[in-house]
Amino acid sequence: MSLRASTSQTIGPYLRIGLEWMQIEELAPRGVAGERVTIRGRIVDSDGRPVNDAALEIWQANSHGRYASPEDKQAKPLEPAFRGYGRSLTDDEGAFRFSTIKPGRVPGPGESFQAPHLSVTIFMRGLLKQLMTRMYFPGDPANATDPVLALVPAERRATLIGRQVGEGALEWNIILQGKGETVFFDF
Amino acid sequence: MPSVTPYRRPYWDTQPEYLFPKYASTVKRAPTQPLVVLPHTLSEVTAPVFGYDEVKPGDSDLTKQHKGEPVGERIVVSGRVLDENSRPVPNILVEIWQANAAGRYNHRVDQHDAPLDPNFTGAGRFLTDKDGRYRFMTIRPGEYPWRNHYNAWRPAHIHFSLFGQGIVQRLVTQMYFPGDPLLDYDPMFTCVADESARNRLISIFDWENTIPEYALAYRFDIVLRGREQMPTENVR
Ligand SMILES: [Fe+3]
Repeated sequence: MSLRASTSQTIGPYLRIGLEWMQIEELAPRGVAGERVTIRGRIVDSDGRPVNDAALEIWQANSHGRYASPEDKQAKPLEPAFRGYGRSLTDDEGAFRFSTIKPGRVPGPGESFQAPHLSVTIFMRGLLKQLMTRMYFPGDPANATDPVLALVPAERRATLIGRQVGEGALEWNIILQGKGETVFFDF
Repeated sequence: MPSVTPYRRPYWDTQPEYLFPKYASTVKRAPTQPLVVLPHTLSEVTAPVFGYDEVKPGDSDLTKQHKGEPVGERIVVSGRVLDENSRPVPNILVEIWQANAAGRYNHRVDQHDAPLDPNFTGAGRFLTDKDGRYRFMTIRPGEYPWRNHYNAWRPAHIHFSLFGQGIVQRLVTQMYFPGDPLLDYDPMFTCVADESARNRLISIFDWENTIPEYALAYRFDIVLRGREQMPTENVR
């Protein structure tokens, strides 16, 4: 007889006590291959007010398109110095930041390949379970054929794409509710 | 590259909805637009791996993190992490945090008028062993008031954060204590319809793991999502 997954509960307002020890905003030390990129953004609620008690986690492949996980059996190089996991806890302005490399392309359903993307998991007080979303890279031609972006209504896709604000610098804001509401996934 | 084996979707009444007005903070934070159903690709079925260079054996004893002994009742909290297919989930990071014995968090936002304990931070970590087991030594946390509704009190609880082998297995939950009279009044505990799902959030008094003349023990087993059977085993 199979079991049933435990019920998710909110992370509450005091997540910092348990999670701050492993805040990882710099994912790619010197020597890791790939195009350097910094990502900054803010999380706001339905009133446009900053969410100052959220945890954002990103998960990504390396620049060759391989995940540092035993579940990824592709014959592509792994880089011991790059795990591909980041965790940022928002500050008083609701801001988070990551400094990483642009991931390569990873397989999608069937024979398809996905556009470079970060998987993003968000926890906060007021969420009984995490939100999941993705961030894609602006101007990448692969976005046009990405099998997951294709599932998102065209008029909402822009919420999943970072905005170029400088050389190697992206801004990507998360709007929990209302005009420009970020696309979240049922995962 | 063959398609990956996806994780099973949750049983409908065992997981909370985002919007749950009895928990007031959900109202301005829950998504209002339809969620987009995400097919599970390599991105979803992989997850980061943590190691013993990051998690030290002492990280699981919350009573030994300062010069003195924390105030309160020492308890052992242990259990197993399994997936829905009853397989142990080894080598995953478990992080916990909690209030002290008086119901106060060591956090600047917590203004509850109860004493802080200079000998208690309230954070611990463990990497599950090959059988999916974890074990913490801590202090029984106190109940505390919150401002969700008139005279709202949280039942005693410990916050748990778990990774998995795929990022869609990631789980944040809370462990409660048996017989707590506050449970039925708590919108967190009552956020799902399925009573057996709620009851699995309550730890079990664990006589076998008590330490004579030192600490009582509670057992809390946690189940992460499991993968669908391989297509070949699932012929309809
Ligand atoms: Fe709490």
